[in-house]
Amino acid sequence: MGKKAQFTIGCGSGFSGDRTDGVPAVVDTLLRAGGQALIFETLAERTLALSQLAKNRDPEKGYEPLLDELLRPGMAACLRHGINIIGNFGAANPPAAARRVKALAQELGLPAPRIAVLSGDQLAEPEQLDYLRRTLDADLATLDIVSVNAYQGAREIAQALRAGAQIIVAGRVSDPSLTVGPALAHFGWDEDDWHRLGRATMAGHLLECGAQVTGGYFAVPGLKEVPGMDTLGFPVVSMDETGAFSVSKADYTGGLVSEQTVKEQLLYEVHDPAAYLTPDVTADISQVTVTPAGPDRIAVDGVTGHARPDTLKVNICYRGGWLAEAEISYAGIQAEARARLAAQTVQKRIGGRLKLRVDLIGAVSIFGDDDGDYLRRFPAGRTRDVRLRIAAAHRQREIAQLVLREVTALYTCGPAGGGGVRTSLSPRLNSMPGYVPRELAPARWAFLD
Amino acid sequence: MAIVIDTIEVPLYRLAHGRTGDKGNISNISVIAWKPEYFPILKEQLTEAALASWFEFRKPTRVQRYLIESIAAMNLVLHGILDGGVNDALNLDTHGKALSFYLLDFPVRVDRRLADTLPDLPPPL
Repeated sequence: MGKKAQFTIGCGSGFSGDRTDGVPAVVDTLLRAGGQALIFETLAERTLALSQLAKNRDPEKGYEPLLDELLRPGMAACLRHGINIIGNFGAANPPAAARRVKALAQELGLPAPRIAVLSGDQLAEPEQLDYLRRTLDADLATLDIVSVNAYQGAREIAQALRAGAQIIVAGRVSDPSLTVGPALAHFGWDEDDWHRLGRATMAGHLLECGAQVTGGYFAVPGLKEVPGMDTLGFPVVSMDETGAFSVSKADYTGGLVSEQTVKEQLLYEVHDPAAYLTPDVTADISQVTVTPAGPDRIAVDGVTGHARPDTLKVNICYRGGWLAEAEISYAGIQAEARARLAAQTVQKRIGGRLKLRVDLIGAVSIFGDDDGDYLRRFPAGRTRDVRLRIAAAHRQREIAQLVLREVTALYTCGPAGGGGVRTSLSPRLNSMPGYVPRELAPARWAFLD
Repeated sequence: MAIVIDTIEVPLYRLAHGRTGDKGNISNISVIAWKPEYFPILKEQLTEAALASWFEFRKPTRVQRYLIESIAAMNLVLHGILDGGVNDALNLDTHGKALSFYLLDFPVRVDRRLADTLPDLPPPL
């Protein structure tokens, strides 16, 4: 195998709902660096279920709603300069997303790109569901299931790229696989070269949350300052043939890449640092090193890898009844005491019909547990500006709705001076993890017709 | 003459920074020493038992601590403390994103001379 040139990859989005205007600066940086790939990560644990519901309503929907906004600014330059685009923006409906990408290219007057669609993540075959039924703690038959997705890996992404795909539209693939796939295709590594796959996985892990490695989600005024929070640059990784890499950010942007930002993101959503499990590899950062390598550039080394797990993680989303939330404010003398009295009043009125969570926003509302133990032992204070929040969930809409009715009635029946009632009742999507053997959920890819 | 070490309690944020992540009903919190020389103090005092006690009100079913010496950091894994996790909890912060900031108030006992050199917040406005 000949020695391949450096591999440079950028990230344009870290979740569904991220800023979309970071893309042009990343694409410009990739062009200057002779980069090879641009990724978009737009899925989280509940995004897929929401997408599935959108697809149920309209069979041509169910993919990332901001797909156009994400792709429009950079697509022409990427296609012209051989920068491949890889995204899980297909969500619950990769074929429809691919058709939209094709149409967008036409609207932009571009030559038709070669678009590959990944599949195999949606589990609907009887043998797949039977397996989950047998192995899950919960009784699958009693759940109102919305979506069942296995986390697929990088191999099919790499295969599609090697076959000439320029844009990869995936649904549920593991986030780091968006990076491992094009790295695998670029360097031609063996598919069981666990050390290199481990390194590429951690590069992908640093890229996948967008600005969380470039100064986003980091600032604490007075302690951890970040310049240009309004124009944070999205991250760019440069990797060599051994998989060692450095992380930096788009040129001429705000934010920062420092030892601290990289360390925080390295450990983000990691459990055992010696065994970060993905469909591609068991990555190992227990010996990782992080070294400054220039302005806003950090070299990451010492990552290794071990054989990939035999099973694929599965995320099962099901309808979880209704979430009721209602708020009312108290300010001035005895504000906290009035808010506490209001909560007790609602609790007595609803009785055993619902388990309520009570928060006193402005006094104690975030660190506490749903059972209210923390709040109960929190000494009643003299906070003079308190917003009472009461939340509950129930299968039946009319029972959940009691929260809204009782909090609203505090206007006339509650303690003095309560104001600003806001209520919301929303359908819940709950989720649970599962695992399936790989051979039961093979991934596939195909070019869009 | 016996050496008497004059110590003082400081909040963890003066020695370390960190971030919370979540997967299902499990929260992980990184604790990263501002300087490698602070790391032994953190290892000695942020034990699994001390952390389980600090987060006791969130009823963790299990607390695991992983050390990553090469970056002077530890990763704390707190099982069962998210009231079901992002799609199930009733908390406003269903991810438990704020939990790292609960931990950053953890009191750490240090040599008073060291305390004088640690980063600190500016005085309130």
